Amino acid sequence: MSFMQIKDLNVHYPIRGGFFNTVVDHVYAVDGVSMEFEKGKTYGLVGESGSGKSTTGKAIIGLEKITSGQIIYEGQNVTNQRRKRNSAYNRDIQMIFQDSTSAMNPRKRIQEILAEPIRNFMKVSPQEEKRRIIELLEIVGMSEEALLKYPHEFSGGQKQRLGIARAVACNPKMIIADEPVSALDLSVQAQVLNFMKDIQNEFGLSYLFISHDLGVVRHMCDHISIMYKGRFVESGTREEIYANPQHVYTNRLLSAIPNIEPETRDERKIKRRAVEAAYKADSHKYFDEKGKVYPLKDLSQTHKVAMMGAERGGM
Amino acid sequence: MKSKNDILNIKNLHTSFRIKDHYYHAVEDISLTLKENEVLAIVGESGCGKSTLATSIVGLHPPGNTKVTGEILYKGKNLVEFKEDELNKIRGNDIGFIFQDPLAALNPLMKIGEQIAETLKYHTKLDENKRKERVLELLDQVGIVNPARVANQFPHQLSGGMRQRVVIAIAIACKPKIMVADEPTTALDVTIQAQILDLLNDLQEETDAGIVLITHDLGVVAEVADRVAVMYAGQIVELATVTELFRNPLHPYTRSLLNSIPQADSNNERLEVIQGMVPTLTKMPRKGCRFAPRVPWIDETKHEENPALHEISKDHFVRCTCWKDFHFEHQEGGLQHELHAN
Ligand SMILES: Nc1ncnc2c1ncn2[C@@H]1O[C@H](COP(=O)(O)OP(=O)(O)OP(=O)(O)O)[C@@H](O)[C@H]1O
Ligand code: SF4
Ligand SMILES: [Mg+2]
Repeated sequence: MSFMQIKDLNVHYPIRGGFFNTVVDHVYAVDGVSMEFEKGKTYGLVGESGSGKSTTGKAIIGLEKITSGQIIYEGQNVTNQRRKRNSAYNRDIQMIFQDSTSAMNPRKRIQEILAEPIRNFMKVSPQEEKRRIIELLEIVGMSEEALLKYPHEFSGGQKQRLGIARAVACNPKMIIADEPVSALDLSVQAQVLNFMKDIQNEFGLSYLFISHDLGVVRHMCDHISIMYKGRFVESGTREEIYANPQHVYTNRLLSAIPNIEPETRDERKIKRRAVEAAYKADSHKYFDEKGKVYPLKDLSQTHKVAMMGAERGGM
Repeated sequence: MKSKNDILNIKNLHTSFRIKDHYYHAVEDISLTLKENEVLAIVGESGCGKSTLATSIVGLHPPGNTKVTGEILYKGKNLVEFKEDELNKIRGNDIGFIFQDPLAALNPLMKIGEQIAETLKYHTKLDENKRKERVLELLDQVGIVNPARVANQFPHQLSGGMRQRVVIAIAIACKPKIMVADEPTTALDVTIQAQILDLLNDLQEETDAGIVLITHDLGVVAEVADRVAVMYAGQIVELATVTELFRNPLHPYTRSLLNSIPQADSNNERLEVIQGMVPTLTKMPRKGCRFAPRVPWIDETKHEENPALHEISKDHFVRCTCWKDFHFEHQEGGLQHELHAN
């Protein structure tokens, strides 16, 4: 059973113009997105730059104003509730970014940075607080030495771990991770990914993992949604997406991922060209006259695709 | 593979930067050859000296605080000793270059067509009309659908992928013998990346140019390279053909890089990583091997005094001997070990 549902989420930004600076149009950054989250699972959100991945994440956590749609958390409607401090929703859903320390005050020491969420959400004595901070550093594999340092004194991988430490401070149910390893070198990326899996297993966390890297997403995620122009073109389990992709856009993304098998690269190039040709030739099957993605239709209980006549037993 | 001629010979190249009162080697004793019609990939993590190598080849390092020694032989001449005006004649003509950020490479105030024509004006004898023709031809060649319109636009009016195509058009304008591409697709989406890499490949078939491709992405290497040099802390640790490197990687650093890539067909929950990290320039061991701190279980006596590349099999070079003793199982101690190392 899912503990959280996103229903028909929309985030539209007005474009102003003209003499009176009136609203002349809208950018449909997120244009009707629905999702459900279960405990202990990782949900991937992939797409190219500008597809609306980050806006979706930020809208869920309340950093973007939702134009319409609903977020239901444990049966409660929490849409646009972020402004209420201290709510359970605020405590239970946390976010980490590509550069975690950009969200940290550069003039504060790690000790104070980690204390903030604890003070906001837990009523504990100063001793308790200190104990929890040290415990957090332990969880992310860092020593007490870090307490008196400032954010800029850490390497990229360490910064991401500190971001995670702060996010897990108050035992959240879900972490929204927006490109958490994109700025990291391969080996550091591997350490952070390993670590994210470890704390997930330990605490039963769920992740919404936002990334443009389909290799990383495949490694991390149980369920994957592919986003294009603010909408999902396809959504399914990892197996459904990677072994049986249905939408031409999904196929196009998958065939563009570099593969570390030099022996078969010529075959891949041929496949890539075929997919590219199909993308041009059959686009009417996948996008309406305005170039908009069709509504999602169920292919199986978990697999959904946005194309003409995709329903089970459909045309 | 048909035998190809060498077009660039790098011998014992050292490039160092001054930080306070000391010069530190960012590139240390690199020797490499580039053949015509081949893609030589240089791969390694951030700070290992890839870009420094690229800028050394095209002579673009910041003057004053940089020291370059060794040889970069092109047509029998040592580019390291070239003066700025001699380099200007070669850059853009014999050697084309493409960098990660196309916006930085283009003049924001100049129309695309004019920017390409400028290179032609400097390096060729074409008259104005012929230059205009050639500009449209080049834009078409790099896959721009409406050359006449794009020639009249400014860089900010184009998408990232199109800008990189324009930079490539400038780079190939004079049919260079050598192309140096530093992370040409890192800033682009995967679908655009695939198109740009295919484009470089197609162009190479026409021009026979040798390409030095610098990247941190082993996937990109596997897709386009013929040979690969793996760099660690300013040095080459392994050099092999692309199939050999992926089938039979030997140096622990190469193996560690390959093992930290999330893989399609492996159900491995954990990615294997080598402990520690690349030291910064000022913290680099100044004596002995720069890799030794990453393999602490290897007996002191086993390190070579002047670790050199050894030819293990034909065309496969590996630095020194630590690859013989390396196993990932050493790390199976797990998370704590690995985390505290950082
Ligand atoms: N102008 C400079 N002055 C001083 N140090 C420099 C200078 N340019 C580069 N360095 C240092 O030289 C080393 C090699 O840098 P380089 O930019 O060549 O690495 P890279 O492999 O291209 O890394 P990346 O993958 O991040 O682009 C680094 O330690 C870097 O900090
Ligand atoms: S065995 Fe050689 S290459 Fe390996 S760490 Fe020691 S000196 Fe360096
Ligand atoms: Mg670089």
